[in-house]
Parts: sequence; structure tokens; C-alpha cells
Amino acid sequence: MVVDSNTTETARLFDILSSVVDPEIPVLTLQDLGVLRDISVDGSEVTVTITPTYAGCPAMETMRADIESALATAGYKQVVVQQKLSPAWTTDWMSQSGREKLRAYGIAPPVSTTCGQSGGQIECPQCNSAEVKRISEFGSTACKALYQCQDCREPFDYFKCI
Amino acid sequence: MAPRQEALLNYCIALGDDSLMLGHRLSEWCRNGPFLEEDLALTNTALDFIGRARMFFSYAAEIDDKGRSEDDFAYLRDCREYRNFLINELPNGDFAFTMARQLMVDAYDVGFFAGLSQSSDPMLAGIAAKAIKESRYHLRRSEDWILRLGDGTEESHERTQNAFNALWGYAAEMFDMTDEEQQLVKAGIAVDRGGLKADWVTTMHAVLSKATLEIPADSWAIGGGRKGEHSEHLGFLLAELQFLQRAYPGQQW
Repeated sequence: MVVDSNTTETARLFDILSSVVDPEIPVLTLQDLGVLRDISVDGSEVTVTITPTYAGCPAMETMRADIESALATAGYKQVVVQQKLSPAWTTDWMSQSGREKLRAYGIAPPVSTTCGQSGGQIECPQCNSAEVKRISEFGSTACKALYQCQDCREPFDYFKCI
Repeated sequence: MAPRQEALLNYCIALGDDSLMLGHRLSEWCRNGPFLEEDLALTNTALDFIGRARMFFSYAAEIDDKGRSEDDFAYLRDCREYRNFLINELPNGDFAFTMARQLMVDAYDVGFFAGLSQSSDPMLAGIAAKAIKESRYHLRRSEDWILRLGDGTEESHERTQNAFNALWGYAAEMFDMTDEEQQLVKAGIAVDRGGLKADWVTTMHAVLSKATLEIPADSWAIGGGRKGEHSEHLGFLLAELQFLQRAYPGQQW
């Protein structure tokens, strides 16, 4: 059997980076979030491609540093983390497991799959009630809005659909 | 530098300047918002604009043949070298003024970035495709606020009406093209801003009339931002924005 060593290596790299999480929502890996777009290997140099969630997201620099440090710990010394803008990041790229992890963490996941269009029903991540009220279009970070449950009265963050 | 490259460089700088100035103004609301959630919203919006400025300035730095960095563009120029529309540098005024300006700019940005996302320059198209998603979201919020303020109490109505009256003439230059930009339009790179006016006017009329506000008369217009002619407010803004780089040159985070 012929094994493509490059493919094996890339899989190993994805595995290593599965330990790198969003510094502001530490239950989500960069892959869950859809920020990690590609990894390529050329000789001893590793190129990791990420895409920003929001233009001014202050977490991007931390993500970059965390990627470099995770790879350095695994023995990769020559690492380039490049940012790619196009195609623009969308919450459609968030993995299903990522959405479940968000809900369990107390953040309502983005409901619609077509960006910009309102679709499904936002539910309270605590009691699953659909009786929710928007408090503000923005929450604790650029990617979230603030809601309150009308049944259990808990305020919660909603991961905006964009 | 070839004229085309120079025009592209100036185009990126002007777009970065628009974003930087409004981002800075919005950031001044930090801890001054009318209530906590709105404080967060204003500063999150500021971040989106500052993020855009970084993208445009980073691209400008790639094109520049003088080796300037994104920070050099943001921090080390003087008033006359900035190319932003005047509306973006105006002081915040009260909350009604800030949101009236935001509606005018957001409505413009949605049209502008839709156009720029079709640019033949892949980097500009990429930045625009990113920015338009944020601008659509911003517009939803600024529209919501203008409806609440305009159709709110007597005082909120009056303040919002005064804000639009004071801002209206600043819209003209958003649709006024420079010769250099016309060249870029021919090359498929830039957006013909003149063509965005009709849609913008339609949006403004729809929102203002729904908010029970009068559409101000087109009785005056002021411009010059794209030529580096600014209001007296820009110098004061730069004094704060640039202080750290002037006091500690080359300082980094």
C-alpha cells in the first residue's frame, strides 16, 4: 500500500491544532468555529491558513500565537500563519458539534444557515424556551448579541448569524 | 510608481481613513454609552470599523513603494494627508447625532461595499465581501435606533431631527467622484459612488418618514475630505489618536 506521506502529515497537523481553541469561547476549537481553513506542508515549512471572524476581532492575534505555539511544542519550527479574507467567514461554517458545545456552554448557537437571513427560532440555552427577547444587537464580543429568556428570565449570549 | 498603482494606493488610503476616523469616534463612546448594552454595541461597531481600516492600510502598505506600514498610515500623517469624508471625523455630539450619522454612513456602506465586492482587484473585493456583512448588521441597528428616537419622545424626536439637519449637507461628498477614482472605475477596480446616490436617498427617505422625521432640504453641502481639506475637528482627533506614536516613536504592543 502506498501512503501519501504529505496527507498523513497534514492529518497529524490538524490533529495537533484540534487543541487550539477560541480564546474568548474556549469550548470551541478553531476548526469548530470555521476559522481554520487549511494546512499545507512544504518540506519543513508548515503554512496554516486562517480567516478572521470579524474584521476587528481582537482574538485573531491570540489565535495566531496559539497556533504557532501548539506547532512549536509538537516540533514544528518553521510555521507561517497566513490570513485569508476570501471567501468571507460565515457562521454557516460552524460545525454541528461546535453548535452543540456552544449550547452546552450557555451560548445560543446561530440559528439560520443562510447568512444574513433570519430563519430558525432562537432558544434559551438554559431551559430551551422559545420565548426570548433581544436586549441588544451586540453582546460581550463582536460575534454575539444579547438576549433574555422570558420564561426562566436568564440573560444569555446569542452567537450572531453572519 | 505607475499612475495606476498610485491611484490604487490613494484609493486604499482613503477607504482606510473613512473607517479609521469613524472607528475612532465610535470608540470614544466607550464607558460613555447611555446604558451598558449600548456601550458594548457602539464599541463593537468601532472594532468593525478599525478592523476595516487595518485591512485597507495593510493592503496600502503592500502597494506602497516607500516601505510604509499600516501603522505609519494610521499614526504618522498630518491632517492634510488624510482623505476621509468629513462626516466620519465630526465629534459624536449626543446619542441622536451619533446614530443619525451612523444611519447615513451604514446606508452608504451597504451600497458601496456591494459595489466594491465586484471589484476586479481581488483584495479589495475580499475586504468588501467581509465588510458588507457587518454593514448590513450595522444598518439594521442604526435604522432601529432612528425609528425609536424619531418616533419616541418629544425630546428624542427633536434631537434626532436636529442631528439630521446638521448632518445632511455632509452627505454630498460621499457621491462626488475624484478624477483619479474615475480612472480606477474604468479599470473595474473602484466603485462609481455617484451611482449609489439614488438608492441611498430612497433608504433615507424610507427610514426618516417611518420615524416621523422631516427629510432635510438639500440647501447646503460641504466637502473636501478626499482632497485633504478637513474640518477643524480632525486635528484634535489626531492629537489623541496619534499621541502615543508621537511621544514614543515606534512603540509596539
